[in-house]
Amino acid sequence: MTWGLDRISVDFGTTKALDSVSLALKPGEVAVVVGGDGAGKTTLCRSIVGLQPISSGEVSRPDRVGYQPASSGVWRDLTVMENLRLVAGAYRLDSTHASDRIAELLEVTRLEEASNRLGGALSGGMRQKLGVAMAVLSEPSLLVLDEPTTGVDPVSRLELWSFIMRSASENRAVIVTTTYVDESRRGREVLALDAGRVLAVGTPEEVVNTMPGAIFESSEPQHGSARSWRRGSKWRIWVEDGSTPGEAVPTNPDMADVVTVAALRNESGL
Amino acid sequence: MSAIQVVEASKRFGSKLAVDQVSFDAAEGEIVGLLGANGAGKTTAMKMLLGLEEPTDGQLTLLGQPASDVDRRHLGYVPQGLGLYSELTVRENLQFVASSYGVEVPDLSAAGLAEIADLQIAALSLGIRRRVAFLAAQCHQPDVLILDEPTSGVGPLGRARLWETIHGAADAGAAVLVSTHYMDEAEECDRIVMLADGREVMSGTVDEALEGVEVVTVGDLTAEMTSAVESSGGTPLFSGEEWRIVGMSMEEVHRVLGKDARAQRAPANFEEIFISIAR
Repeated sequence: MTWGLDRISVDFGTTKALDSVSLALKPGEVAVVVGGDGAGKTTLCRSIVGLQPISSGEVSRPDRVGYQPASSGVWRDLTVMENLRLVAGAYRLDSTHASDRIAELLEVTRLEEASNRLGGALSGGMRQKLGVAMAVLSEPSLLVLDEPTTGVDPVSRLELWSFIMRSASENRAVIVTTTYVDESRRGREVLALDAGRVLAVGTPEEVVNTMPGAIFESSEPQHGSARSWRRGSKWRIWVEDGSTPGEAVPTNPDMADVVTVAALRNESGL
Repeated sequence: MSAIQVVEASKRFGSKLAVDQVSFDAAEGEIVGLLGANGAGKTTAMKMLLGLEEPTDGQLTLLGQPASDVDRRHLGYVPQGLGLYSELTVRENLQFVASSYGVEVPDLSAAGLAEIADLQIAALSLGIRRRVAFLAAQCHQPDVLILDEPTSGVGPLGRARLWETIHGAADAGAAVLVSTHYMDEAEECDRIVMLADGREVMSGTVDEALEGVEVVTVGDLTAEMTSAVESSGGTPLFSGEEWRIVGMSMEEVHRVLGKDARAQRAPANFEEIFISIAR
């Protein structure tokens, strides 16, 4: 069984929010959708869970889908326990099963001691963990998480990822969107988006290996060049035609290079 | 004398010590990164430097003067919320800021923003808004720049372009203090200062932090193995084709997962070091 999107497009008036985007994943797999503000990540999530009408293409999803919106989906005026109970009620889980499942999720997310705190009084990381717990409570076959790690500090981000990986290991397909390129390596499948268009798609390895052209590194400033950007104390240069730029040395591209090159090409029509 | 100098600064809020005897400095032309979990004390440290919070103890100086006394025209600050007027256009925002400081409006063409000069801030993407905020913060060529998560939420190319601008300000002589949640951005900084629970837990260059620190990699981990690693104090991270375990030695991994785990040593990356120090 495979879930996902097949060449879907979403139009908002004259703007193409998504332009022929495909993504497929199997149970137990995590797909990471990476992109900045306005890339189309939220539209993609809303399309796959069925909240967003699509203009063309096909969506395949299981009966039971868990979704965490970018706002975390947590009710700020309810306690942690009340948030979870409300979701359990909405899915009509029988009460013994619901209590067991809630206890299990509180333990895994280390939110047991916070169970009587209001959603609004949680730290960003705790609130996101609660949001993911609410989305996975009904044991959906597909879990869609929209930017669960944005603004969350690195230590809490890691706890979130370990919770997400655990959720996937229960034979569940998981889609996670993020603005952090380095998180793409947490997925079996990566989809990089920019302004609704696909920049790159595949396993992290495939995406890096199939980058067109080559990356060079130089200590010489490359101001104003459309094919270069600064990284740390060095400059990265993207070369398409096999030439070697000046004093630069070839270097192995990583995911950040691949996504940057794709965005450069998108931006300037290279 | 460094442009930014913090000596054993502490800040107490009620019973909580938000910043606990922290010391760091940044010279002219230097970019110093302030890293830490939420609540580690980064924003409080920045607020003390901006003269918005009085330290409970210790000294904070900017350009050799107490931080609370320094002429604001020497400072540029980009808050997390950016501080732009969303109903005004890019040009109007910059005109307003420039006239407050009594300086000329920055060159929008040179900043690559000419095409959007007459658009309202509210209509722009976050990456562009961040560039405008940065331009506004440095239009008076401050000697000290304080940037609170300047790249948060921006795509990779936008981040690279923002960093070019930040490096440009440092190359022109500004001392830059920047906080970030993106661990890969630590390599953009000349030095980093890591805070945890208000205390300084690491300070130096990225290379110094990386030296000699290793993680253990293993092929595949089942849910049960993941739990076993966690309850032994390790942090398992899926990464590409393998799992990386932070906080456990090779021997400990073998003891928990058995000899068949195909465990290998690998150099740690900066995020892994941060996690092992900060948690």
